[in-house]
Amino acid sequence: MMELQITWFVLVGVLLLGYALLDGFDLGVGSLYLLTKDPDERKRMLYSIGPYWDSNQVWLLTGGGAIFAAFPMVYATVFSGFYLALMLVLFALIFRAVSIEFQHQLDSPGWRKWWDLGFGFGSLLPSILYGVAVGNILRGIPLDAKGGYLGDFLGLLNPYSLVMGLVSLSLFAMHGAAFIISQSDGALQQKARRWARAAWLALIPLFLTGTAWSYLGTPRLFSNYFDVPLLWVLPLIALIGLASFPAALKGGSAYGPLGASALTIFGLLTTMAASLFPYIVPASNNLANSLTVFNASSSERTLMIMLILALIGLPLVLTYTAYIYRTFIRSTRVMTTGNKHSMKT
Amino acid sequence: MDVVLLSRIQFAVTAGFHFIFPPLTIGLAWLIVLMQTRYLQTGEELYQKMSRFWLKIFAISFVVGVATGITMEFQFGTNWSEYSRFVGDIFGGPLAAEAIFAFFLESAFMGVLIWGADRVSKKVYWFSSLMVAVGSTLSALWIIIANSWQQTPAGYHIVNGRAELIDFKAALLNASTVPRYLHTVDGALVTGAFFVMGISAWYLLRRREVAFAKKSMKYALFLALVASLAQIPIGHMHAVQVAQTQPEKLAAIEGLFETEKGAPLLLFGIPDEKAGVTHFKIGIPKALSLLATDDPNGEVKGLNAFPKEERPPVFLPFVTFHLMVALGTLFILFSIWGIWLMRKGTLQDNRLFLKLALWSIPLPFIANEVGWIAAEVGRQPWIVYKLLLTVDGISYTVPAWQILASIILFVLIYSLLFVVWFYLLRKKLEAGPEAFDTGKGVAKSGTGVGL
Repeated sequence: MMELQITWFVLVGVLLLGYALLDGFDLGVGSLYLLTKDPDERKRMLYSIGPYWDSNQVWLLTGGGAIFAAFPMVYATVFSGFYLALMLVLFALIFRAVSIEFQHQLDSPGWRKWWDLGFGFGSLLPSILYGVAVGNILRGIPLDAKGGYLGDFLGLLNPYSLVMGLVSLSLFAMHGAAFIISQSDGALQQKARRWARAAWLALIPLFLTGTAWSYLGTPRLFSNYFDVPLLWVLPLIALIGLASFPAALKGGSAYGPLGASALTIFGLLTTMAASLFPYIVPASNNLANSLTVFNASSSERTLMIMLILALIGLPLVLTYTAYIYRTFIRSTRVMTTGNKHSMKT
Repeated sequence: MDVVLLSRIQFAVTAGFHFIFPPLTIGLAWLIVLMQTRYLQTGEELYQKMSRFWLKIFAISFVVGVATGITMEFQFGTNWSEYSRFVGDIFGGPLAAEAIFAFFLESAFMGVLIWGADRVSKKVYWFSSLMVAVGSTLSALWIIIANSWQQTPAGYHIVNGRAELIDFKAALLNASTVPRYLHTVDGALVTGAFFVMGISAWYLLRRREVAFAKKSMKYALFLALVASLAQIPIGHMHAVQVAQTQPEKLAAIEGLFETEKGAPLLLFGIPDEKAGVTHFKIGIPKALSLLATDDPNGEVKGLNAFPKEERPPVFLPFVTFHLMVALGTLFILFSIWGIWLMRKGTLQDNRLFLKLALWSIPLPFIANEVGWIAAEVGRQPWIVYKLLLTVDGISYTVPAWQILASIILFVLIYSLLFVVWFYLLRKKLEAGPEAFDTGKGVAKSGTGVGL
């Protein structure tokens, strides 16, 4: 049973990591979208994620479903506890989804302006709020004995979590800029390099602040690393990603920066997961009320059946997703790199 | 206002709005597969033109379904956390399975359909349309499995006040899964078929795109006939299941207060819950007994046979159920009329039929919604039939004002989405199948964006 519970902790982590790696660049592209007014650049940015954003977003839905199935207590506590914050994320994601599809349906600048805003802010807001949510989880939230959230909305907006929100914003912006670099050339690619550099420059102090604050404010987050020194590999990966990013930017390789930012995201997320374990939602008022991998899970039978379903489903998903990326990546690249006369809406 | 009522209103608003779109896209998806299949077989450009046009309509509808579907994935946790704690062991599984087996499939291949017309081979394109249809139909399967378990729970035991799984197969194939799935998906096919019929009629009325509209009308009419006729045996199967497993619901949707032998099937009536009688009854004698028990003199339990606090409301399930049945009957008659006109070769000149076809577009949507209302209100006062009361399923940590605020925002945002969707639909319609078609010149450069 314990092995199954740990397996599911890892699997939920894999799904959320998939979301951060894939939709992370969509969100980043969306936030950066607000930084340019040029309709042609905007079009190229939007088209670069066109074929993928929807299935990338499904990683979030799958993650949510997997939390419901494997850790229903966590699903119930977090989603009801973070009610208003989650509603904001929902409204943002709704606007973002329809904006991406509606934006290019009519050839009118007035029409586009609104959907451009929907895409931009619909990406910016979740990029920040995800980090805020993670910050609150890491720090712990007040819970009653049944696992009900005892705080309020404003309690979620504490300075530590807001720093984490800026960390996730700059992280996704960096990832999104790296994606644009890989999919474009010319002036837009130059611009994306500047954005990537700025995002990296913002991320470094934010990351250091967040880490120091975690150490001082929540030392519990570091105990696993002293018990199992092997875990230091994870933050090391994050550091390698961060450190190699500027070099990859200078190197001129199309996919180098994207690889470095992906490595950073992988390292940071796994580092946080390793810090949390075995807690999923630590209770800040009384650690005994916490939801853990072992007290918040579904029954052994459900975990087993779900594991079998995941082992059938995930390889299938990865296979056709890889096929679709391979089919499209070259042609979207052609499309987003100038060649203006051929772009039609 | 209290949290229970507000949470119910919010769920009704968000699920009811979401449920406008998936039936339409499921129905349209299968019609597009049909057109793509004919295109692959014959190579005729007309089929390509048809599937491209319907795909544009599909795309703007699909995205609204996707966007409003995100809400549904989270709503159980945000507003029904006690319910989520109670059922998570069983209910979460199908929801996760829906994402992994259906959402990925439809959204990934949807990307190919929208962006890949000029970049993949005909066969891959056809296969993608099939995968979108399969994905959306599978998605309906998993969500109906989850919802059916709420109606007729099976394969569980109660441990520490929570339902835990003991038999996965029994939970999946609980008593109502199969009839409810067939009924819903068949309703989706009717919805898609009437939608295509109505819009084709719009073109025929204006004598625009006649070849295109006639062919689309033909496919849609056949699907409308087959799917609406199929509701007779499926509906019967579903009614028998409700009679056997949820007798209170049957009594409510039929407005039956007293237990009766040889109970009539009501065509009309006005149930009065306070007085415990249904006024102005017009019915087919003994038909309800026959349908529910396979015996014209069989006994059907009335609401009074159940404890007062376990009775569902009567008026709403009764009215919505009867409206659904009336609409279903109308769909059959209208499809037969259409097929008859088509056989005679006068369909495109029959303005009455064409006008009625156009104005019938909303009817299957209404039938879907009222059928859903009858099913879910008829389940009350339970959120999980006989196991958990709706009042015990809410999120007790969320204050009422926050739910009220989210309802107001949902109503505003969803109204806006609907208006924009409808506006775009009209624009696409007026522009016609030729519009925005990237054409061969762009296709050759390999960079055209189809929509």
